[in-house]
Amino acid sequence: MANAEAEVITTADGVPLKESLKKALWQRKKTALLLVAPLFLFVLITFLIPIFDMLIRSVDNSIAGEQFPGVVVEIRNWDLDSTELPNEATFQALVDDFKVGAKEKTISRLGRRLNYEQSGMSGLFRKTARKIKKLEVTESPMAAMIAIDKKWGNIDTWRLIKRESGKYSSSYYLAAFDAEKNSDGSFSMKSEDRRVYVSLFWRTIRLSFTITFLTIILGYPIAYLLSTVKTKTSNMLIILVLLPFWTSLLVRTSSWIALLQKEGVINDILVGIGLIGDDNRLAMIHNETGTIIAMTHILLPFMVLPLFSVMKTIPPSWVRAARSMGATPFTAFVRVYLPNTVAGIGAGGILVFILAIGYYITPALVGGTKGTLISNFIAYHISTSLNWGLAAALGTILLLLVLALYILYDKVVGINNMKLG
Amino acid sequence: MALPIHATLTERIWHYCFLTICALIFAFLIFPILIILPLSFNAQPFFSFTSEMLHLQPDAFTTKWYEEFLTSRNWQGAVKNSFIIAFFSTIISTFLGTLAALGLSRPDFPFKTTIMGLLISPMVVPLIISAAGMFFFYSRVGLQGTHIGVILAHAALATPFVVITVTATLTGFDHSLTRAAASLGSSPTHTFFHVTVPLIIPGVISGGLFAFITSFDEVVVVLFVGSYNQRTIPWQMFSGIREQISPTIMAVATILIMISVALLVFLELMRRRTERLRGITPH
Repeated sequence: MANAEAEVITTADGVPLKESLKKALWQRKKTALLLVAPLFLFVLITFLIPIFDMLIRSVDNSIAGEQFPGVVVEIRNWDLDSTELPNEATFQALVDDFKVGAKEKTISRLGRRLNYEQSGMSGLFRKTARKIKKLEVTESPMAAMIAIDKKWGNIDTWRLIKRESGKYSSSYYLAAFDAEKNSDGSFSMKSEDRRVYVSLFWRTIRLSFTITFLTIILGYPIAYLLSTVKTKTSNMLIILVLLPFWTSLLVRTSSWIALLQKEGVINDILVGIGLIGDDNRLAMIHNETGTIIAMTHILLPFMVLPLFSVMKTIPPSWVRAARSMGATPFTAFVRVYLPNTVAGIGAGGILVFILAIGYYITPALVGGTKGTLISNFIAYHISTSLNWGLAAALGTILLLLVLALYILYDKVVGINNMKLG
Repeated sequence: MALPIHATLTERIWHYCFLTICALIFAFLIFPILIILPLSFNAQPFFSFTSEMLHLQPDAFTTKWYEEFLTSRNWQGAVKNSFIIAFFSTIISTFLGTLAALGLSRPDFPFKTTIMGLLISPMVVPLIISAAGMFFFYSRVGLQGTHIGVILAHAALATPFVVITVTATLTGFDHSLTRAAASLGSSPTHTFFHVTVPLIIPGVISGGLFAFITSFDEVVVVLFVGSYNQRTIPWQMFSGIREQISPTIMAVATILIMISVALLVFLELMRRRTERLRGITPH
């Protein structure tokens, strides 16, 4: 056994065992990876790339280079602090770019884009595109353009074009934080009456907190009840939690419309028993109250189920032990039971908060104008105002917020412990 | 939960207070679902009870909203689309998700946490963001407003549920069973179909059910990635609630509640079967 050849243990085929094992392990790893690969590719193409595409879109400004290929080159020589208009060559490029853009009918897109930064730009672009076809430049393109519209002689117009001439732009993010670029390139907050999004983000966070808090208050007692009754009873009672959980979100939202509206069931009952007069029915829908009530109902099962699974593991003898040593029921609860359920409250709370912060359907249907959330504005900018860049920027901010919460959730519960139903 | 004999009066009062509070919360959970049923038979086109209904007069009730649901072209198209889209996205997500779960549950899988995180990200990202991203990208590649686009989008949203449920089933899977089959001369394919599949099939079926429900109930993504021709039942309900509120929505809602009750029963039976097979009897 002591000779040199026997020290390298080999398999029957004469391959060293170490190598053979390595090969076998690699083979198994490869099989495992091959099994996951199809899904990974699928999720990459149908989901991850679209999300990445949205991130790019929130800073994308390639439209300037597409519509103003000459101008963006010429304007590099012009300084933002300059008090004079750009040179004749820039104006010549402007005329050329406009002639091409007007012929292809694409130039108005850039006008709309610049209109987000400064109103009146869309009109200026449309007017110029109309008149540019007949324009014959004699010697000064600058004079010719100013003759079409005096705004081309305004230095602020050029500062705007210069600022937005890059391939990427931060202006959508500035808009999402209610800030704007001044003509000299510095930032400032928009005037009080034009601010929308910062307060909207705060409202979204405030409403999500309220809803999370309410689900804890309502979910805790019933989760406690479920975990302390006999298994048979709890199997029956948990159906009352699971049925709403499995019922379509739109069904639950429409039933809250039926319950809460002015001519709805709750107002009818209150009028019927004479608690309120027929002419001052409560406004419980199309405002914040509507959003809070309906969303608390919809998200409550997401709180009850994790709480229940944590409470099930707490032996009742712990509280009994505390009582036997002289603790009042209240002390036993606060000092013994409650600390053991904190993990469940954390798990359910973060889950409900994540779901609430990105909710769209329910606020859109019962929120009116006062109860809408950030997601409703994202939808508005996608389908109504068509300001896709701003929608992408708002979406990216919301996504970062959710990812931060998700990491927190991972720290508290661990994503591998996520359970369903 | 029963009170001990030696409970004091305060404890008794507190106990019944607690039970009342719980009853009220359960009522809050279930009442909005029950209220739909009578409202769907309302003869008047309102979302509320008429005084005739409260006096149980027979002519205050009608089944015409159900008839409308069964005859209207809008709703019939929606039902058809819902089933087509849910069916194909369930097939795709169950197939890909089960394969991936088999790979992920192998003990020596590299970068497990990262890959798992990416694979279940469609479940974590708020739907409005997924919808926005998919809308931008799918319109760029010409999938926006097509059935294929909606099916792919729903399949992507549903795969995390399949991955999670099947992985959960596989954690209790005894790998020595496949080794035993191999040692007895079974080929890997034969082992897979005759040993592994029968054991994980409950997980695959509940994963598929989750996938089906996800697609069947999904509305945000279909609103953006789909158009009128891809309208599903939730799409039609959403636009119905926005435009003209008619009790047809209540009739549809009642039918959907029935479907979820059936599903709930089915899942419960599946759970009991699994527990029985594993030798854990429910108390």
